[in-house]
Amino acid sequence: MKASLQRLAERAEAEGLLDVAYANVDSPFGPLLLAATPRGLVRVNLPNYDPEETLEELTAKVSPRVLEAPAKFERARRELELYFEGKLTEFDLPIDWQLTHGFRGKVQRAINRIPYGQTRTYTEMARSAGNERAVRAAGTACGHNPIPIFVPCHRVLRSGGGLGGYGGGVPMKEELLRLEGVL
Amino acid sequence: MPPFQTLLDEHAPVVMNVLRGAVGRADAEDCFQETFLAALRAYPKLGNTDNLRGWLLTIAHRKAIDHHRANGRRPASVAEPDEVGVSDPEPGDGIWPLVDGLPPKQRAAVALRYACDMPHAEIAAALGCSPEAARRSLHEGIKRLRKELA
Repeated sequence: MKASLQRLAERAEAEGLLDVAYANVDSPFGPLLLAATPRGLVRVNLPNYDPEETLEELTAKVSPRVLEAPAKFERARRELELYFEGKLTEFDLPIDWQLTHGFRGKVQRAINRIPYGQTRTYTEMARSAGNERAVRAAGTACGHNPIPIFVPCHRVLRSGGGLGGYGGGVPMKEELLRLEGVL
Repeated sequence: MPPFQTLLDEHAPVVMNVLRGAVGRADAEDCFQETFLAALRAYPKLGNTDNLRGWLLTIAHRKAIDHHRANGRRPASVAEPDEVGVSDPEPGDGIWPLVDGLPPKQRAAVALRYACDMPHAEIAAALGCSPEAARRSLHEGIKRLRKELA
């Protein structure tokens, strides 16, 4: 049955019917769920969120043609592994931004430009996105990052030096910053 | 509407078993792929999702008929009776492994009648035999299953 399902995912992709592919990938923090459209990585579910809910969200917002297709994520899996070993400083995967819009989208794209091992404040992110006074909205945009880790919202901190929040929990944010040599 | 993967997780084994019954083990894989590709194509526009299993089995039924027609209505009995009685132990199998072990014509008749809900005339058309012969195969198949279950 497993071979049949893998063949199905391959044929679906070849016929343009694989709108959302996903795979479960291990990480030091627990299982991640990675989802991609033909355009690129569209969603990452952190271990403390229910993957079923994320799949339902993708079904509603992107397409119900959602299939598990681990073979499509070999490169992402390898890059993540290297990243968690501290051997990779920049992910080289196409990103599909379709789950982000407006000001949040601008903030999230700005987050994606923060280099490895550096941090920014929420205020700086608000400024990068074109509205310096929208600090709170910038914070919300970080909190709603659909592609955490790859789009490094963990590199955004509070102005006073506080860590701020993190979808995956503050300890995970701390670990990632330690991994990148910031803490 | 659930993610399509849910349909695979919940119903792929029964669809495969039904197809093994309807077209034989050797050709079930092709029909399985055709069934789920057709389902995947139609799924976003499916209005009613109350009975997804029934919907999938209806598509499987059509693919099984297509298969028999493409084979020139060759009777199912010419299919290889390969691996008779050997089945993957998959969850939710129920009676299908036993159906899988029936002689090809009986197996096809039982699967088309009970999994695909086809009337005798359609089974006969799919198998390329007379309605009486289809009825007889079905009857023999059921009798044999009863004996094995007893």
